[in-house]
Amino acid sequence: MAFKKSTFKMGGIHPPDNKLTRDAPLEVMPLPALLVVPLNQHIGKPAKAVVSVGDQVKRGQLIGTADGFVSANVHAPTSGKIKLIGRAVHPSGQYAEAITIEPDGADEWEAGLNQVCNWRDLSCEEIRKRIQDAGVVGMGGAGFPTHVKLSPPSNKKIDTVILNGAECEPFLTSDYRLMLEKSEEVVRGLEIVASLFNPTPRVIVGIEANKKNALKSIGKAALHKQIELVELDTKYPQGGEKQLITALTGRVIADGQLPFDVGCLVQNVATCFAIDESVSKLRPLTERATTFSGFELKNRKNLWVRLGTRIVDVMEFCGGLTRKINQLIVGGPMMGRAQFSFDIPVTKTTSGVLFIDNTELDSFKDRPCIRCGRCVEVCPQGELPWLLVDKAMRQHADQLPSYGYSRCMECGSCSFVCPAKREIVHWIKYAKAVNARIAAREKAKMETVGKEPKA
Amino acid sequence: MNAESELVQLTVSYPPYTRSHESIERIMYTVLIALLPAVGTSVYFFGPRALWLTLVTTASCIGFEFLSNKLRKRDLTCFDGSAAITGVLLALNLPSNLPYWMAVVGALVAIIISKELFGGLGYNIFNPALVARVFLLISFPSQMTSWPQPLSVDVVTGASPLGIIKSDGVAALGTIDFWALFAGNMRGSLGETSALAILLGAALLWSRNCISLRIPLSFIGTTVAFTWIFYLIDPSVYAPPLLHLLSGGLMLGAFFMATDMVTSPLAARGQIVFGIGCGLLTALIRLFGGYPEGVSFAILIMNAVVPLIDRWDLRSRSRYREAA
Repeated sequence: MAFKKSTFKMGGIHPPDNKLTRDAPLEVMPLPALLVVPLNQHIGKPAKAVVSVGDQVKRGQLIGTADGFVSANVHAPTSGKIKLIGRAVHPSGQYAEAITIEPDGADEWEAGLNQVCNWRDLSCEEIRKRIQDAGVVGMGGAGFPTHVKLSPPSNKKIDTVILNGAECEPFLTSDYRLMLEKSEEVVRGLEIVASLFNPTPRVIVGIEANKKNALKSIGKAALHKQIELVELDTKYPQGGEKQLITALTGRVIADGQLPFDVGCLVQNVATCFAIDESVSKLRPLTERATTFSGFELKNRKNLWVRLGTRIVDVMEFCGGLTRKINQLIVGGPMMGRAQFSFDIPVTKTTSGVLFIDNTELDSFKDRPCIRCGRCVEVCPQGELPWLLVDKAMRQHADQLPSYGYSRCMECGSCSFVCPAKREIVHWIKYAKAVNARIAAREKAKMETVGKEPKA
Repeated sequence: MNAESELVQLTVSYPPYTRSHESIERIMYTVLIALLPAVGTSVYFFGPRALWLTLVTTASCIGFEFLSNKLRKRDLTCFDGSAAITGVLLALNLPSNLPYWMAVVGALVAIIISKELFGGLGYNIFNPALVARVFLLISFPSQMTSWPQPLSVDVVTGASPLGIIKSDGVAALGTIDFWALFAGNMRGSLGETSALAILLGAALLWSRNCISLRIPLSFIGTTVAFTWIFYLIDPSVYAPPLLHLLSGGLMLGAFFMATDMVTSPLAARGQIVFGIGCGLLTALIRLFGGYPEGVSFAILIMNAVVPLIDRWDLRSRSRYREAA
């Protein structure tokens, strides 16, 4: 089969792709002895716990309810007893509220859930309601609540729905396995999303060229449907939302714009699968496909894991480590997050967990920038990363916004290529944090000024 | 609880957790290797004196950087290869019969004044080797403009082809053997002579992604185009463009000095503007200036303009991304 080819133009890098688990079929991880389900597995306000210690819960039962519109429900991943509600380690690197469940092994669904139905019989409102109730969020890593994304402001018209099958991060293969093994469901999820918009949008699937099998299986599932398949160049960050939109539609997202400003809606593979589960099977989001990989893990696997499963249990299931490691990373090696504990749970956004020995990191020293210009060459956003670092290090906070920090999506291409091993992404993150703090302070000042006359 | 996990010390660091194998040393030593053909041909044409001169400048550059590192109480950067490159490039800019002490003075100017006083590697505004060359040229004009005859046993010195044109006009050159110019068989500094050796080195640099061809091509292209126009106007007064291309420091300057990462613009458009500026200034100085050779002045002047070029480039970039 030949496919239309495309790619984003500006910048990009080719890190070693290390997809070690490419050929490992999705396996089901047995229920662990303990599940720690965090209440914030998404962007927005954390959910509020609606159960108390000692309660008996069933799989799919609501245990945390969304706090406001930009928030997401949290459900019990299996049946069991609530053991504890309190602070626990969280993949964000901090402690956060979590509900600890002791599974009873029966794994019973809550009454009324897990029923197959035909999504075409449902109205748009019912579909949105089901997705919202199921607590579906963007499962590629950002965790933006999907029901919010599916309800753009009424003045924004969505004319293109995109399935992000790029999976450009090295090591990660969970989306690839989903596209191979659950292609019907993923395509159906995509159709469900497309059906929510009127007039019927154009539907495009973008898959990187190193996943030919996924192209074939999705192509088979999408046969005779109004779905375009595009083969993307294997280049990082092909799966970045802005890059993907530019590659597939040619539209450029300008400063401060969101995808819906250019009429696009991008959904990740795992999210589409979860949408289909929630709508046509009435199953809340209680498990996800995750890649467990890294050169130091004995048996590298793609697993169906219940949300809340701690990494330490998965590690045991995968046969432990072959060598000492010094980094545990949740997400991919380019944009993931290093963890300080093996007790962190798998959440809705955990697309991969990597066990890697990165002792060479210790030998890297920040050297002066030699202005080689490689960061500029590879920046997919067309920024000047060296300049952003320079300004951040000199604390020229007042000048920061004009240099476009907000445009940086922290893909890490610049840090990857830097011959001086400068921590470019770190400094940009730092500058963003400083800017946010200044903005908050300004806002607070404005508010107090506004209140004074009344007092 | 898994006993294994308690033994493992986890490091929390910033992403990305995978890095390319590129490093400053790797780039610098690649440049040094790329300079070897030029050094080799200079030894062939000018004898062992050329080699000794290269070794003296390289060793003294590394030595001065070592001293400066110690005085500034910084990590040792003298072996990262950049000081060695400065040394070799400086030697390639000198006549082979220059007294050694003058070469050492040149190294002092290059490393201490034009590099370390500005803050060391990455912070220098001007190309150190070129600053040293211009310093020597102004301080010791007679020694710096009398070039030994290549492949001769006796120490016969004279002016370079461009020098002859400047003082006596094009006619004084007689018939020009362009093959000899290309191979390097003419009077000039160590590295000015052989275009062939420089092209070999440049090919290595380009294949290793250490330079982009934007600066050299726009530089050389502009010089050739500009001199060509004047050659077409009056061939009896102005030298043919091929002579300008193959003689003097144009090749060395365009491929090895103007492409110095620290002192050239970062992005594509800026690099092309930089190259055109260098080429224009070079041609202007060669045709109308007081000095026979203009490459080093041209590059140094354009070095000073780099921040402006980068600023312009940045502005136009952000305009591109503004919402319509």
